[in-house]
Amino acid sequence: MSEQLRFTKEHEWILVKGDVVRIGISDYAQSELGDIVFVDLPDVGDHVEEGEGFAALESVKAVSDVYSPVGGEITAINEELEDSPELVNESPMDRGWIVEIKVDGVVQVDDLMNKEEYEAFLKEV
Amino acid sequence: MYCQWQEEKTMVRKGDGQLKQTPLTEKHRALGARMVDYAGFEMPVQYAGVLEETKTVRTKVGIFDLTHMGEFELTGPGALSTVNYVTTNDASVLKVGEIQYTCLTKEDGGIIDDILVYRTADGFWLVVNAANAAKDYAWIEKHLQPETELKDLSDELTLIAVQGPKSAPLVEEILGISVADLKGYTFTEVTYEGEKVLLSRTGYTGEDGFELYFANTLAEKLWDECLQKGEKYGVAPIGLGARDSLRLEARMPLYGNDIGEEISPLEAGLSRFVKLDKESFIGKEFLQKQKEEGVQRRLVAFVMVDKGIPRQGYPLLNLEGEEIGAVTSGTHSPTLDYPIGMGYVDVAYAKAETEIQVQIRKKLAKAKIIKGRFLA
Repeated sequence: MSEQLRFTKEHEWILVKGDVVRIGISDYAQSELGDIVFVDLPDVGDHVEEGEGFAALESVKAVSDVYSPVGGEITAINEELEDSPELVNESPMDRGWIVEIKVDGVVQVDDLMNKEEYEAFLKEV
Repeated sequence: MYCQWQEEKTMVRKGDGQLKQTPLTEKHRALGARMVDYAGFEMPVQYAGVLEETKTVRTKVGIFDLTHMGEFELTGPGALSTVNYVTTNDASVLKVGEIQYTCLTKEDGGIIDDILVYRTADGFWLVVNAANAAKDYAWIEKHLQPETELKDLSDELTLIAVQGPKSAPLVEEILGISVADLKGYTFTEVTYEGEKVLLSRTGYTGEDGFELYFANTLAEKLWDECLQKGEKYGVAPIGLGARDSLRLEARMPLYGNDIGEEISPLEAGLSRFVKLDKESFIGKEFLQKQKEEGVQRRLVAFVMVDKGIPRQGYPLLNLEGEEIGAVTSGTHSPTLDYPIGMGYVDVAYAKAETEIQVQIRKKLAKAKIIKGRFLA
């Protein structure tokens, strides 16, 4: 099954694998936030609505909500972040992933940006 | 993802000519600083990152551009009575070369600003918060006593702070003097490149440190020399982000967060800077009455028992779930590596060791009031 990587205007990335999406934040987002010192993760089994904040990233000075571009059930959380929140800074697109969500219904990615579109979007930010 | 960092929202963009710059703005840009709008100034919020910068000041030495701060001069025969009329502390005890922390208060006891008063040979210097400078100037001008002259020196002066355990040898080397006899909260005048530099042993970090006030023309040279001569000590430039975590770790209040016009110095735990036995000053009657009756709320410091980081505005509750106050400052302490906070609570909960709760988003997290500083 092919994977599709998409980005939101709020700087989350989502990796679509069938009806499961993995969510994290972009390299641009981690660099804007600075040193992440705590990740407030949801519980596996929680249900999130599209557009709902489901996790919080805390840097020394600021807290930032992470929003879900899809609705569904949390099927996995990145437990490594509990002890190593800095992974979000060091490896935002890979080891710093945050959650996986099993999407309600069909995954709609048409409104989201692909990598090239996101890079173009960043130039305007 | 949405970032609640107020300063980030107003991030400085190229071509924005509205903000004031300091003589060091180009230096900060060249050092790769992230610049933000702070009190109308374009200031560096971070260079290498808040964690690393905080550590540098705690273990080595850091330099800060604080040129946004305001400096006023009061001279003339009425200078002392003016200072003593607008501030809560007693400036009459100051000898030339001494400094005191004090508050400007309104008639209702609310804090207009928290400031430093320097006793100079000609009168007084007042060092005020950037965001309050215009308001403070107008207030002091309105309450000037006869034969007093008030002058705003802010635009002429650059302020660099040198803070950390290695600050003394660095300052000695740059200025060619010994600071062995320069005690905390005192200052002296030295000459650098033929120009006057006011050197005070003060700071806002909880570390040994100095603040240097001098003509703008010296700014680039002094800044560069701090970086060059400080290299062997591991010096680094420090932004406003680390300045905030350093002062919070040292349990120092920040105007706009922990103190403001709706809060009295007695509520903020600043009673030792309020001298009710001195002659009349603005707010004295109110503060006298508040002291006799006792305050209803107090600024407290707390550490988290449960997970989570307290942030400004989060509600504080008792263990029964009733709201008893709110967080005014909070962060993950870079030095201690755990969350710390300050906030106002109903006096019944202000005692050390009292357990309270912080509402962090949808969850309630336990916290404990502490006595004294966060740092050992």
